[in-house]
Amino acid sequence: MQSLKTQILEILSQDCRTPLERIAVMTGADLAQVAEAVEELEKDRVILQYSPIINWDRTDKERVEAMIEVRVTPQRDMGFDAIAGRIYRFEEVKSVFLMSGSYDLLVLVEARTLKELALFVSEKLSPLESVTGTSTSFVLKRYKQDGVIFVGETTDQRLAVSP
Amino acid sequence: MSNRFVSPRVAAVPPSGIRRFFDVAGTMKDAISLGVGEPDFITPYHIRNAAIESLLDGETQYTPNKGLLPLRRAIAAYLSDRFSVSYDPEKEIMVTVGASEAIDLALRVCLRPGDEVILPDPGYVSYAPCVTFAGGTPVPVATKAENEFRLTAQEVEAAITEKTRALIFPYPNNPTGAVMTREEMEKIARVAQKHDLLVIADEIYIELTYQGEILSFSSLPGMKERTVLINGFSKAFAMTGWRLGYACAPEEILYEMNKIHQYAIMCAPRQAQVAGLQALKKNLENGYEDVNTMRRSYDRRRRVMLDAFRKMGLNCFEPRGAFYCFPSVRETGLSSEEFCTRLLKEYKVVCVPGDAFGPSGAGHIRCCYATDLNRMLEAFKRMEQFIQSL
Repeated sequence: MQSLKTQILEILSQDCRTPLERIAVMTGADLAQVAEAVEELEKDRVILQYSPIINWDRTDKERVEAMIEVRVTPQRDMGFDAIAGRIYRFEEVKSVFLMSGSYDLLVLVEARTLKELALFVSEKLSPLESVTGTSTSFVLKRYKQDGVIFVGETTDQRLAVSP
Repeated sequence: MSNRFVSPRVAAVPPSGIRRFFDVAGTMKDAISLGVGEPDFITPYHIRNAAIESLLDGETQYTPNKGLLPLRRAIAAYLSDRFSVSYDPEKEIMVTVGASEAIDLALRVCLRPGDEVILPDPGYVSYAPCVTFAGGTPVPVATKAENEFRLTAQEVEAAITEKTRALIFPYPNNPTGAVMTREEMEKIARVAQKHDLLVIADEIYIELTYQGEILSFSSLPGMKERTVLINGFSKAFAMTGWRLGYACAPEEILYEMNKIHQYAIMCAPRQAQVAGLQALKKNLENGYEDVNTMRRSYDRRRRVMLDAFRKMGLNCFEPRGAFYCFPSVRETGLSSEEFCTRLLKEYKVVCVPGDAFGPSGAGHIRCCYATDLNRMLEAFKRMEQFIQSL
């Protein structure tokens, strides 16, 4: 049996707008219990934000994204945390991950135009003292993100009525 | 005309009541269907991939009649692990083209002309026709909403005559979602013993049990020798289109079932068998991850559907298995047929009239919650509007 919190996370990860009342119905728990569990999950920073998955390509917003592989020199006593902190504070930066493998940090960056993004790399990221090298790859097309497929349509292949 | 070539026995059996409804629903593109009888998951990736690899490896030949031995061994391991029943993969297990074939085989093997077979009403649409095709007489036993559509030992016993040969025991139940308790199953087992009945236990929905003990009929003391256990991959692993099921029975019965299968079918498709083997092997290893994930998802939607129907004012007992709710629509003053027809025409929601599953289903509708949650919520809105418009 899953814990109530695990069930809530599973439900919210599929639809973060699921009302607490419906979560209570789905899990068979009291509304008060559900509300308390959600509050705790928020307080413990397990749930950080409720945000939709947006296909920006279907909007008129100008937007480019890149993934930048960054090699850095870790700092004494701080490891990678200090330099990661410097990087994630830039508002162009959407995500930062410490990676195993041939580079250290993977930085996801979003900007309005290609030029803006290039400037970010050359003027903000590369000049940082501990950064020893970067390699920028632009996102050309988004097929799937966070378990959601962006392209095409999935149709229900089932017969409308079957025994 | 060519109907002189058609046997009256076959001609006398009406086509499935569901079919008629399907023809109407099929013409409506934007209808939301709660009328399906299969999972809305697609077969897990690793299972599909196993079949693809087997094809690429050129495994395109017949398999043994009873199915690939590794698959039968996996079935034996699964049944023992899950339900504590022990079957010999060499002599007591055969792989069939869906559980449907297994039901047909069991009936054809055991029935003599005029033999009676007891089956719960409402029930799955195939049982009664298959009994008739096999030369027997179906004897429906009405199950009741107030008993949560469970079969009771008294009702079974009351229906027994000198001609009764077998009992079809399909729980968790399609269309009602009913689940039996151990106590009730034990009572029915005693009746089966007393009157020397064969029990055809269709356990295709057994993995989709949300509350109560998961119990295979064959695991009850003394029942294995008089039970044909039927199960398959359609519901537990979302593999309906693969047509893969199996039957487990005492050697003397299985030997005869395999004979019909050998002559009429040869073997279940090889790729489906390979896929089934992958499904069982992986799930035995990882503690039934696929099954558990799907069951959790159905269970949540089950609760949402039940809650919605009760809020709409429909009388609905809590279904504890399969993926159907079977609410009563009597309060609306409409028959199930009228209710479903008007709901479809006026509000574009497909439900199946309960009496398509037998006369005792009258006044109920079958609604499947293996449906996308948001679509389902939209369907409830429309149903509520429809009910208020009456």
